[in-house]
Amino acid sequence: MPRPMTITEKILAAHAGLDEVAPGQLIECDLDIVLANDVTAPIAISEFGRVGVERVWDPAKVALVPDHYTPNKDIKSAEQAKIMRDFARTQEITHYWEIGCMGVEHALLPEQGVVVPGDCIIGADSHTCTYGALGAFATGVGSTDAAAGMATGKAWFKVPASLKFNITGELSPWVGGKDIILHIIGMIGVDGALYQAMEFTGPVIARLGMDDRFTICNMAIEAGGKSGIIAFDSTTCAYVDGRAEREWAVYHSDPDAVYARVYEIDASTIEPTVAFPHLPSNTRPVREARHITVDQVVIGSCTNGRIEDMRVAASILAGRKVAPDVRLIVIPATQAIWRQAMGEGLFDIFVEAGAAVSTPTCGPCLGGHMGILAAGERALATTNRNFVGRMGDPTSEVYLASPAVAAATAVAGHIALPEDLDQEAAR
Amino acid sequence: MRFEGTAHRYGRDVDTDVIIPARYLNTSDPAELAKHCMEDLDAGFVGKVKAGDILVAEENFGCGSSREHAPISIKHAGVEVVIAKSFARIFYRNAINTGLPIMESPEAVEGINDGDTVAVDADAGTITNVTTGATYQAQPFPPFIKGIIERGGLIASVRERMADR
Repeated sequence: MPRPMTITEKILAAHAGLDEVAPGQLIECDLDIVLANDVTAPIAISEFGRVGVERVWDPAKVALVPDHYTPNKDIKSAEQAKIMRDFARTQEITHYWEIGCMGVEHALLPEQGVVVPGDCIIGADSHTCTYGALGAFATGVGSTDAAAGMATGKAWFKVPASLKFNITGELSPWVGGKDIILHIIGMIGVDGALYQAMEFTGPVIARLGMDDRFTICNMAIEAGGKSGIIAFDSTTCAYVDGRAEREWAVYHSDPDAVYARVYEIDASTIEPTVAFPHLPSNTRPVREARHITVDQVVIGSCTNGRIEDMRVAASILAGRKVAPDVRLIVIPATQAIWRQAMGEGLFDIFVEAGAAVSTPTCGPCLGGHMGILAAGERALATTNRNFVGRMGDPTSEVYLASPAVAAATAVAGHIALPEDLDQEAAR
Repeated sequence: MRFEGTAHRYGRDVDTDVIIPARYLNTSDPAELAKHCMEDLDAGFVGKVKAGDILVAEENFGCGSSREHAPISIKHAGVEVVIAKSFARIFYRNAINTGLPIMESPEAVEGINDGDTVAVDADAGTITNVTTGATYQAQPFPPFIKGIIERGGLIASVRERMADR
């Protein structure tokens, strides 16, 4: 019998062709998907050229997504995107999406069934850890690792120790996946999970839909984590069934698996949460942030640009107007989400409220384009990072929160909870 | 590999957005990236850093994005080695893969002030603060990672393996 293992250890062992692995062990794994985007692919392609092979190891297992600076914001970014497009054509990469089909990579790949439960995935983007929500091992790497992966179909890893976050109890109103992960990052810090796998489990996670689960795993990197993971269950099964383009594999942690640390979290202690500048760990309850006025609100990104996020935002914006001094930008993360939101009438609500609705792009999240902040300006965003200069000028500020808080904030003009809006209207 | 230069010392959680802001990620030209190294943390950095200098920082250096533009901009700004109390994991991989020497030593970081002259023997893993005379031992790399460094980075290492087939 192999030693008791966590879900992460089991997936890594299976991809390394080993019966068992232990934390700290250096292993080489077969990869199911290697991802890069318009920022990281150009360097990966240039490094790939130095390996000495003509073709990628498997053109069906490389995914290239032009999402960061697209639709291209300037000549330089157009040149970068073109390098990737030309490579995709030459190498006959099947998982390449042009503008019009494209979406933000970490929303797009699960939606299109390109990544599936049980996979071992590397992506030249730090938020690759999002796919852990499917019960897969997925981790962010740099362009050179992606280049080696494209050439060989393999990557080396140090098997991470695992942290378990067991969440029990009942969630309060307006508390969702974003609040859970911000709460955890606030609790353990931006390097609280450094080099480790974050495993999220318990009855609260079991009741969450996929969109909330993606949000939680997406931000594992903001705690320094190597990966985030939620085991496959009936919710995962319902999501991947009909969209997975490959067979999937189901892994679960053994009951006696060893964790570096187990965190027991009572969900009722989690409030709607906002991360103040300039670290995602700088969290406070929204009720202590009402004095913060904002110039811009962004609802979108690989963290919170999915259909449930759009629906929550629309439910709060319906019949209301964005505050006169606030710019609200809504960015559905993929073309499919865009179309679904349109079909459900959500765009009528957004536009009626005075929001701008954008085509899918990472855009403002990384300070790329489509909503850059001027000196001293302040934004509340459903994105994942609030570092200095993240969304624009180095003196601008970003506050991170859920789509519900973002929508309420856009209406109030200051950081707010949805229930604040009725009280303010009554005054 | 031996280096000696002036230490530029920073705090904890130096993220990749301040190392190389995303507004410059519309290029991957090393010379262009070097011009904006550390811009949002210390706008004067590029003006004062000299070839051979050493970057010193506290915990979690390089946290955030996977952008390899970060170690590239540091290397091409003239920095020979980064010494930190700890590194964020993607930056750690990127530095090894791209051939930017890094060393982990909380004690050395504690013992180095901004502007000190520091000498490094990367092979022996020793860090000497020439200004104070104190010497520190960095965490050794596992042999596997040492192998990648000695071959000149990940691509050289992979090329060697592919040629062996």
